[in-house]
Parts: sequence; C-alpha cells; structure tokens
Amino acid sequence: MNWNKIFGLSLRHIYLIKGSFPRILDLIYWPSIQIFLWGFISKFFTLNSTYYNDTVGIILTAAILYDFLFRSSISYNMMFLEEIWSRNFTNLFIAPIKLKEIICALTLTAIIRTLIGMVPAVLIAIPLFGVSIFKLGIPLLLLLISLYIFGVTLGLLVTSGLIRFGPSFENIAWASLFFLAPLGCIYYPIEILPQWLQMIAKFLPLVHIFEEMRNILINNLINYNQLFIAFFISFAYFIAGIIVFYLSYFGARVRGTLINMGE
Amino acid sequence: MKIEIKNISKKFNDTHAVKNLSFAIEENKTLGLLGPNGCGKTTSIGMFLGLIKPTSGSIEIDGIDINHADRTEILSCMNFASPYVELPKKLTVKQNLEIYGRLYGVKKLQDRIDEIANDLDLNLFIDKKNGELSSGQRNRVSLAKSLINKPKILFLDEPTASLDPDIGDFVRNYLDYYKKNNEITILLASHNMNEVERLCDKIIMMKSGEIVDQGTCEELINKHGRKNLEETFLKIVRENNK
Repeated sequence: MNWNKIFGLSLRHIYLIKGSFPRILDLIYWPSIQIFLWGFISKFFTLNSTYYNDTVGIILTAAILYDFLFRSSISYNMMFLEEIWSRNFTNLFIAPIKLKEIICALTLTAIIRTLIGMVPAVLIAIPLFGVSIFKLGIPLLLLLISLYIFGVTLGLLVTSGLIRFGPSFENIAWASLFFLAPLGCIYYPIEILPQWLQMIAKFLPLVHIFEEMRNILINNLINYNQLFIAFFISFAYFIAGIIVFYLSYFGARVRGTLINMGE
Repeated sequence: MKIEIKNISKKFNDTHAVKNLSFAIEENKTLGLLGPNGCGKTTSIGMFLGLIKPTSGSIEIDGIDINHADRTEILSCMNFASPYVELPKKLTVKQNLEIYGRLYGVKKLQDRIDEIANDLDLNLFIDKKNGELSSGQRNRVSLAKSLINKPKILFLDEPTASLDPDIGDFVRNYLDYYKKNNEITILLASHNMNEVERLCDKIIMMKSGEIVDQGTCEELINKHGRKNLEETFLKIVRENNK
C-alpha cells in the first residue's frame, strides 16, 4: 500500500467538498431533515403509545444509526460516481494505483463525508428532542464500526455493478439500501417479521446491530456476543464485497467497459 | 522504452474489434495510428494501457509482457491524453496536477507542476476550475497531466481534436519540442494528417480492426502515388472499401 497515492486519491474528494459550500450543505441537509422528521413522528408515538417508555429515544437513535449506514454507503458510491460523471474514470484506472489502494482511499474518505453530514444531525437531536446517541456508551463505537463496514460493503457491491454494467447501474446505487431496510429491523423488533424472513434477516448484521441498540436502551444491558456477531457478519460481507469488486474489475477488462466510461 | 505488439486480437462477443495486430515502436520513436472511425484504434489503445484484456496475443514493453508484469510498475512510466477523457471539472488545474502527481509518485511535485505549467502556458488559469476553461485550455491541462510523471511511453488519442488551428499548432509544436528533448516513445492516434506527417516516424493504417498498410510517411505516399498523407489515407481506406 502506498499511502501517498491513497492520500492523493482522498485529496481529490477533499478538494471537491472543500471547494463547494452547496456540496457541504447538501451533505448536512438530508441527515438533519431525517432527524426532524423522525423526532416529531416518535414524539407523537410517545404521547399516544405505551409500547416503549422512551419512544423518542429509541426511534430517533435507530434513525440516526440507520442514516449513518445510509450515508456511509452513499458516500462511497458518490465518490465513485463522481469519477464517472466527470469522465475521469479512464485517467484513474490507468494511473499506477492498485485496486486495494482505490478501495482503501474510498473507504477512508467516505467517513469524512459521512461525518460532515451526521455530526450536525446528532448534535441537533440533543437539544431538540433530548436524545443523545452517546447514551449507548462504549458499545456505540462498536455499533458504528459494524454499520460503517456494512455501509462500505454495500458501496463496494454497487461500485462493482457500476464497473460491470456501466453508469446504467446508477439507479441501483440509490435503491440498494432501501431494499435491505425492511429486513434490517431498524425500527421494529425481529419478531414482527414472518418466521421465514427472520431466518434470512439474521444473516444481515443490521438485525443484530439494531436489536442490540434496543437491548441497551430498553434493558440497560450490553450483550457483547451480539455486538461481536454484528461485527463478524459485517466483516465477512466486506471481504465478499472486495472479492466481488476484484472480479468485476477483471470482468470489465475482458468486456472493455473500463474505457470511455462516462455519462 | 520499446513497445512490441505481438498478434493481439480482441473479440467482443461475435465482433472482432482488433485482429492479429503486430507491430513495434522503437525506443524514442513516434508511431502514428491512423484509420477511420470504428477501425479499432481506441480498443487497441485500451489494450496497450491495460484497460482491456486482449483475447489473444501479447504486449511487451522492453521485453516484459504487461499482462504478466507488475501493473503499477508498468503504468508509472506511461501516460495517456485524450480529449474524450477529462479531468475533474470542479477542481482547479493545480489541484488536478497535484492529485495526479501524487498518484504517479512524482518527486519534487511542486517543482514539476511549476515546470509543466510554464512549458504549457498554464499559469494564467492554474487556479481556475477545469470546468471553467475553454476547450483549448482544457486540452493543454490534459496534456500537462499526461506529462506530469515524465513518461517514457505516451499514448495520445486525437490530442488536437476540436482545437482551433492556433492552439492545435501550439500543442503540436510543444509535442515536437518535448520529444526532441526527452526520452519518450509515443503512440499517436489521430485524424489530423498534418499532425501525423509532422510528428510521426512511422505510420500504421488500420481498417476494420486490421493493419492494412504501414511505413514511413514518405514510403506510404510514394507507394500509393499520392501527393500527401491525406490523399494516401483516402486511397487506402476507399480501396479497401471496394
């Protein structure tokens, strides 16, 4: 790994963010809107439901964590799409950089984009709804790491599709997370799903992450086993994502889709 | 560096884009790749750059097959410019050169950026965003990017396409000056016959994925009994059509 090259690749996206205030505003806008929306919805449920003692806290924490996953995946995809939209793709792939350096640079830079959007949203929720995700304590870090790894994995799979099928795969980039959300049991316990779907859902790290989040907030207990399972599944998917990315790249070289890829 | 292309072919499903291409470019020489649209020039350049895997054959650089060598090592001594491949429009010229300088591992990068900016007259707009430049300015920036690592091998795909005669002449003059003062092997794909005549030591004519003729500019003109390369090109292309 050449860190100077990784930094060079990251710098391309840092300059892009730094040079455009509307771009920064766009990164902050959507997570903040989510917080407002889910904050008021959950406040309404608190007043009209007795299911959770702290409906606002649980739903809003879930919304923040889900948005963290969403933003990390979208950030990864967006950075890759930027290369296609700017018709810079060929320049990038003929530069002497290894695929693992591209993956590493996108993974590291995606966190910057994600945090630019998420930090204001997390801070807004504290005074506005009295909800702080920091109440989750140390396990929060483990939950975020698992979410981030899984978000990047989804990004890797979408970028593999972009390499394989070209820019027409772009729509899948936006839809990928919505496809998994119902199975992720983000806002409801896994028991809501039919038995057969529960079996499938358990293969996703999301179920373990959000079940554990609710466990910590409702029961004040930390199940490290559940946290470990979430991390392990996320990491396994990440490795699979890397393999798919490499296969797509080598497939694209055979099909000739790497050259002249652009809008 | 010497480039040797040995029987490379590329098939996309049932389409034979490139058929048994074989030629060599001697060290520090410039080869012109001519042919009508769709004759396989871009596919060939894609294979030379390692972006497309040949169905068969080999591409050797100084005797090393690029498909079996360390990709990054080979790519670090090559570069490419084409008006159809752009640099990020939202970044300034300087930022783009800095990023590509880092990706190519250029030492004393700031000095190199200053040098190339002076050579290609970029200083007036070096802090402007690439998207705000005229096509002539963008073209020079693209050329600067392709020379940032002082490549030993340069692939140019229609480097002066869509440029006005003045800028086109500037680019050609600079390329002429650069190759006389540096060790560089160039493959130039172009539709501009004057450009090819002026810059290339040898020419390859392609049609339907195959080489239909080759030689020096003078040899080709004499062989086909025409006045200049443009007429020669038209004769070869139309002759083969019949």
